Amino acid sequence: MHKSLFLFIILVCIGLSGAAPSRAADDAALEQRVQRLSEELRCLVCQNQSLADSHAGLAIDLKNQVREKLKQGASEKEVIAFMTERYGDFVLYRPPVKGTTLLLWFGPGLLMVAGLIALFARLRRRASETVEPSLTIDERARAVALLEGRTPGNPRK
Amino acid sequence: MKWWLWPLGLFLVLAVFLGVGLTLNPREVPSPLIGKSAPHFQLPQLHDPEKTFSQKDMLGKVWVLNVWASWCGPCREEHPVWVDLAKTQVVPIYGLNYKDKRADSIAWLKRYGDPYVLSVADTEGRIGIDYGVYGVPETYLIDKAGVIRYKHIGPVYPSVLKEKILPLIAKLNGNA
Repeated sequence: MHKSLFLFIILVCIGLSGAAPSRAADDAALEQRVQRLSEELRCLVCQNQSLADSHAGLAIDLKNQVREKLKQGASEKEVIAFMTERYGDFVLYRPPVKGTTLLLWFGPGLLMVAGLIALFARLRRRASETVEPSLTIDERARAVALLEGRTPGNPRK
Repeated sequence: MKWWLWPLGLFLVLAVFLGVGLTLNPREVPSPLIGKSAPHFQLPQLHDPEKTFSQKDMLGKVWVLNVWASWCGPCREEHPVWVDLAKTQVVPIYGLNYKDKRADSIAWLKRYGDPYVLSVADTEGRIGIDYGVYGVPETYLIDKAGVIRYKHIGPVYPSVLKEKILPLIAKLNGNA
């Protein structure tokens, strides 16, 4: 009796999981795509927030648009194209690489290369400089005496 | 170069960059729609919802499309500019009433004056999205071929009208 009840429950669970790719799962997957995509898009009303973070009226409208497009079977790329056609590259948190954005994309790398070149040039110059003894013979003797714990006498005398 | 000049140089470069940054307006997002055909719409008219109006009805004319709403503060700021411009009859001004309630919009126009030949109601804000609207008011200047030639985001002040919009209207009317 106990065993058969257990089996029954297991079977019911399997049955339910089999029916699971239903609306709920579809909706969750869709929501996830909407969420992921709207994290890539800038809210134009509050420019330092993404569509996903923003509760501005326009952001909600745009999120609904994204959801609708995806539901109609549009790809992520098509939705991004839809947005940039209307709002320009500015809506993208990851702007495309093109003439006007070259500095944006490669500026930091350039700066780093320039920094490295400057650093190496400096290190090299420093290495090639001969280190001149900065102590005179008298001073050196005085230093040795101090290190050995003797009171240095006046070497001139 | 003396070593102590480096921080000074760096500071000057930074100051120049930040100074230029201060003069730019981050709200002015360049519109990708300039030079392209005005997106299609066919919307019910605000005062006469039985009738519709489409951007196609304006082919052959230079006209202004002004996006406004009764809930929008800056719209009231720019409104006298349109009321005055309408009196001169230099250019027909059409309104896109954006995400608004009909009664509110009509009351607003009654109170502040109605410079529009007519307004259309974009209740859902769908057409607004097609036009890349993200801050009301926005203003579009559309040429005889139905191409958007100029877009202004935010209130149009008399200086903007005089220095940018009016000369462009004259040019568009003269050339085509």
